[in-house]
Amino acid sequence: MSLRRLTGLGPALPALALLFVFFLFPVVRMLGFSIEGGTLEWYSKALGQGLYLQVFWNTFEIALIVTVICLLLGYPLGFLLATTTPGWATLGFIFVLLPLWTSVLVRTYAWMVLLGRNGVFNRMLLESGVIADPLPLLNNFTGVLIGMVHVLLPYMVLPVYGAVRRVDPALVAAAEGLGASNARIFRRVYLPLTLPGIFAGAVIVFVLSLGFFITPALLGGGRVMMLAVLIEQQVHETLNWAFAAALSAVLLAVTLLVYTVAQRYSRTAAET
Amino acid sequence: MEARSADLKVDGLQKRFGDVAALDGVSLDIASGELLTILGPSGSGKTTLLKVVAGFEKPDAGVVRIDGTDITALPPARRDIGMVFQNYALFPHLTVQANVAFPLEMRNIAKAEVARRVGEALELVELGGYDRRLPKQLSGGQQQRVALARAIVFNPRLLLLDEPFGALDRKLRETMQLEVRRLQRRLGLTTIFITHDQEEALVLSDRIAVMNKGRIQQVATTTEIYERPANDFVADFVGESNIFRGTVTEPGVLSLEGGRRLLVNGTARTVGARMGVLIRPERFGRGSNVFAGEVKEAVYLGSSIKLRIACDDGLELIVRQPARGPLPAPGTRVSMSIDPGDIHVFA
Repeated sequence: MSLRRLTGLGPALPALALLFVFFLFPVVRMLGFSIEGGTLEWYSKALGQGLYLQVFWNTFEIALIVTVICLLLGYPLGFLLATTTPGWATLGFIFVLLPLWTSVLVRTYAWMVLLGRNGVFNRMLLESGVIADPLPLLNNFTGVLIGMVHVLLPYMVLPVYGAVRRVDPALVAAAEGLGASNARIFRRVYLPLTLPGIFAGAVIVFVLSLGFFITPALLGGGRVMMLAVLIEQQVHETLNWAFAAALSAVLLAVTLLVYTVAQRYSRTAAET
Repeated sequence: MEARSADLKVDGLQKRFGDVAALDGVSLDIASGELLTILGPSGSGKTTLLKVVAGFEKPDAGVVRIDGTDITALPPARRDIGMVFQNYALFPHLTVQANVAFPLEMRNIAKAEVARRVGEALELVELGGYDRRLPKQLSGGQQQRVALARAIVFNPRLLLLDEPFGALDRKLRETMQLEVRRLQRRLGLTTIFITHDQEEALVLSDRIAVMNKGRIQQVATTTEIYERPANDFVADFVGESNIFRGTVTEPGVLSLEGGRRLLVNGTARTVGARMGVLIRPERFGRGSNVFAGEVKEAVYLGSSIKLRIACDDGLELIVRQPARGPLPAPGTRVSMSIDPGDIHVFA
C-alpha cells in the first residue's frame, strides 16, 4: 500500500477502531469459543445431526419464501413509486419508510395484536361472517412470514425504486416510438435494465432473513425454529456457548458466501 | 429496402406549457420524400413540434395528418414513425443486432425476415459485422449509425431526427450529415430534421422552416432563406448579416437611421414605408453604394478574412473577403461598395 493511500486512512481511523473493538474482536472471540479445547465437536454436531440441519434448512426456506414474497410485492410498489407523480411518490415513500423508522420490536408486537386468535383480523373476519373459526395466524409459519415480509419490504422497494429511476426516459420513448406496447416496454426495457436493482434487493432481503431473530421468535411462538432463535436458546437456556458459537460461525460463513457469490454474479452481469 | 414515404401536414398546432406558448399556431406541409429542417434557437418550440408529430405530446389544438389521415390522437407506437434521438437512446442491454431488430419484433415479423432486414439496414449504414457488439463498445459515430438503422429498418412513413449530431466532433458531424442526406435521398424518405445549427440546416435540407417563439418565421428553400429572409429574425439567425432599418424616401431609395441614403432594388416602392435591409458580409465588391470608414478589427479565418468597419456616417459593417495579402491593421482607411441588387429588402 502506497504512503498516500495509507495517510488517506487517517480520517477513517476512529471508525476503523470502533469496528475493530466492537465487531472484529467479538467475532474472533466467538470463533475461539466454537473450537474451545481444540475440538471440532460442535461443528460436527451443528452440521452432522438431522435436527440441526433441519433448522438450517428451515432458515433457508423461510428466507427464500420471504425474499420471493418481498420481490412480488416490492417490485410493483418500487416501480409505481418511481413512475408516479412526485406528490404520490412522496406519500408512498412515507408509507414505505415509516416502518423503517419504527423499532422492529414495536412492529412485531403490533402484529401480535393484529394476528392473534382474538386479534383484530380474526375478530373482523368472524364478525363479518367470512369465517366460522379463527384463522391460525400467530405462533406459526404464516405469522413469521407476514411479520418478516413487513419488516423487510422496504429493503426491496428502495433498490427497485432506484433502478427504475435510473432507466433513461428516452429509452422508454424510443421503445414506444418503435412500436412497443406498454407490456412490451416493460418486458424488453424496464425489466432487463432493472435486474441489477431486483438482484440487489433480493440479496439484501435474503441475507437479512437468514439472521432474523425478533420476528420469528415472537410471531413463531417457539414453533418456528430459525437459526438465530436456536442460537439464542443455546446461549440463554442450555448455556452451551460453544455450540452457539459454532452455529453462529456457520451462519456467518453462509451469509458471507451468499454475499460473495451475489457480488460476483452482479459484477459479471454488469460487464456483459 | 423499399420506402413507403408519406407526406405530412400539420395545421394550426397550439401547445402551451403554463404561460409559455411552445407552439403558437404552427402549420407546415412536407412533401413525400422531402427533407425539411426545422431550425431555431433553444426554446423556439422546435422540439415540441417534433414531439407532437411523433406523438409524445398532445397538442392543445390543431391536427397532424400523414397522407391525409388524421393521426393526432394516435399513440406513438402506432404512428410508424422512425426517430433518432439526441443521445441516440440505444438500448444498452441489447446488441446492435437486437437494437435494430427491436421495431421489427414489435411488428411480429418472422425471424428470418427480421435477420434479413437487420442485415440490410446495417449494410446501409456501413456497420456490417458489428451486429454482436453492445452500444457501449461503439464510437459515437457508430452509435449514431445504429440509431439511424433502427429508425429506418421498419420502413417508416416518416423519419424524425432530433439534433442527432450534437455530440459528434466537427469532422464526424460533416461526414454523418452527408451520409444522412445520401441515405434519405436513396430511400426517398420523408424526413424532418431538427437543429439549432444553421450551417447544418443549409447543408442538409431541401427546405428550411425557421422557428422562433413557437411560430414559424419562414419556410423556404435553403438559398431563399439565406438570400431573401422574411424578417430580421431569420436574417440574423441564418448566417452573418448586416441589418439596418430605414424609410423609403423615393422608389428604390432607402434613408437609414443616421441619415445615409441607400440605393436598393425595385422592391422598395411605397414611399414612407419602414423597411429592413440585409447585406451579407461576403457580398461587398463593386457597386453604387460606397461606404468609407476605418477598420476596427480584422480576423483571419483561413479561407477568408472578416473585417469590422466603422463607417464615417456611424454605421458598423461586417465584411468578409477572400484572404489575400496581409491582414489590414486596425485604423486602416478602407472603402466598401455594394450593388443595389445584392441588398435584400424586407418588411
